[in-house]
Amino acid sequence: MNRAGAALALALAGLAAAAVGAPRSGSSYLAPDLKALQDDDFRNPGLLWVDRGRELWSEVPGKGAKACAGCHDAAAMRGVAARYPAYDRTARRVVNLEQRINLCRTGRQHAAPLAYESRDLVSLTAFVSRQSLGMPVQVTVDGPARASFERGRAAYHQRIGQLDLACADCHERSEGRRLHGETISQGQINGFPVYRQLWDGAASTHRMFAWCETAVRAQPRAPGSQDYVDLELYVRWRGQGLPVEAPAVRK
Amino acid sequence: MQPAPNVRLRVPAQAKAGEVFEVRAMIMHPMETGYRFDSQGTTIPIHIIRSFTCKFQGETIFEARFGTSVSANPYLSFFARLDRSGTLEFTWVDQDGDVYTHAAPVTVA
Amino acid sequence: MSGGLDRRTVMAAGALAAGLARAPAQAQSLQEMDMASALKLVLGDRKPEAGKVALDLPLVAGSGNSVALKVTVESPMTPQDHVRRIHVFGEANPRPHILTAELGLRAGRAEVSTNIRLARSQSVWAFAETSDGRLWVASRSIDVTIGACDSLMFKY
Repeated sequence: MNRAGAALALALAGLAAAAVGAPRSGSSYLAPDLKALQDDDFRNPGLLWVDRGRELWSEVPGKGAKACAGCHDAAAMRGVAARYPAYDRTARRVVNLEQRINLCRTGRQHAAPLAYESRDLVSLTAFVSRQSLGMPVQVTVDGPARASFERGRAAYHQRIGQLDLACADCHERSEGRRLHGETISQGQINGFPVYRQLWDGAASTHRMFAWCETAVRAQPRAPGSQDYVDLELYVRWRGQGLPVEAPAVRK
Repeated sequence: MQPAPNVRLRVPAQAKAGEVFEVRAMIMHPMETGYRFDSQGTTIPIHIIRSFTCKFQGETIFEARFGTSVSANPYLSFFARLDRSGTLEFTWVDQDGDVYTHAAPVTVA
Repeated sequence: MSGGLDRRTVMAAGALAAGLARAPAQAQSLQEMDMASALKLVLGDRKPEAGKVALDLPLVAGSGNSVALKVTVESPMTPQDHVRRIHVFGEANPRPHILTAELGLRAGRAEVSTNIRLARSQSVWAFAETSDGRLWVASRSIDVTIGACDSLMFKY
């Protein structure tokens, strides 16, 4: 089947069903001790970033500005992260949670945006995501989000890099098989921001995407790029219905 | 200037006199080993916490001295047994002598 | 017991400085010492005995960056009979000294848990100094899949 035929088949497959049979969270592949660490409401190292996010929530970001808490009750953030990435009417594009936070900072808090992958942006994202703990991921992929979704889907199936692999090659076709002593997961992102022991810290989906692209010897794209946001929307949709598990813990 | 690193503490608010209870502490810190290097080949300098102390009214209950062989965002769990109410004082000291302190009161019945 | 350091070597450690000084400078030098020198400093002229120390580690570490460690020493922790110090070493780490814990009488239980870095598969050693001047030892062998020093280049 050539690429055009494959694309057509995918398009006809319908939007209701996720690309995988039944979505499985990455935590279902974990060794018991690592799963226990993720579920420990004290020891989960990602909670250090959630705590920092909680502090930032009440901090005034600049002179004459308002803190997040000035407009939003933290409890009212429940359910927000589960909907992201989402189409933003002001920005007129699909944005992820990190970008939505920065849109607030620049648009409403009169503060400078936080650098992508900075500790403070990861912290605020972790804090907001934590408020949706246990809630099902529910992203909207039709209407104005459709174009972004389709770009993300195409990117997911696009072979890249010297190893000439697409995300789908590992996370769809080879899911459950072993690679370098690891069981290949579905590559779901319901647990982000994630605390990765390999990185000794918490990180966003874009850092994960960049890591994967480097792993297949491709030139990674920029964190915060629309390419990655499109991909994030698609990958989030693959896990539609999975519970938010932020911050997840991985090795 | 960087704000002080985040700390998580779990100390029971109340304990019985003589009852042994667990104390858990974790601090956000890279515990940089000095062995890593960036994409330019430049070594990332060593930056570690060297010690952690838990004191009760000036008396040391628990002190740990460590270095690069302890993981980033160091976590410690140890035990305490008090005979009277008071405040547990926690101190982390890093290699440059920077000191981070926190306290947690315990009511002992 | 596997690993590079056998019981005889440990027992035969020389009669140098007895015990571990409290001064931070000394603790720093312990950090930089190789295993043999560090053990000489810690053991002094005492022979470590098997018993009392339980060293909890997984059989296989998924990530050498963070391995859960627990050391428990049987002790009533009374003024007459208590544990003064616990030392942990990783024989194959570039800096073998992992941790030294000092326990006060209010510690209540001689037990410490933390997460450690391991460079590769090796034996980890735990020593406990009791108030009667005796020294106890336990060791565990652990397989490390990806060592803490394996991803030295910070790229992504």
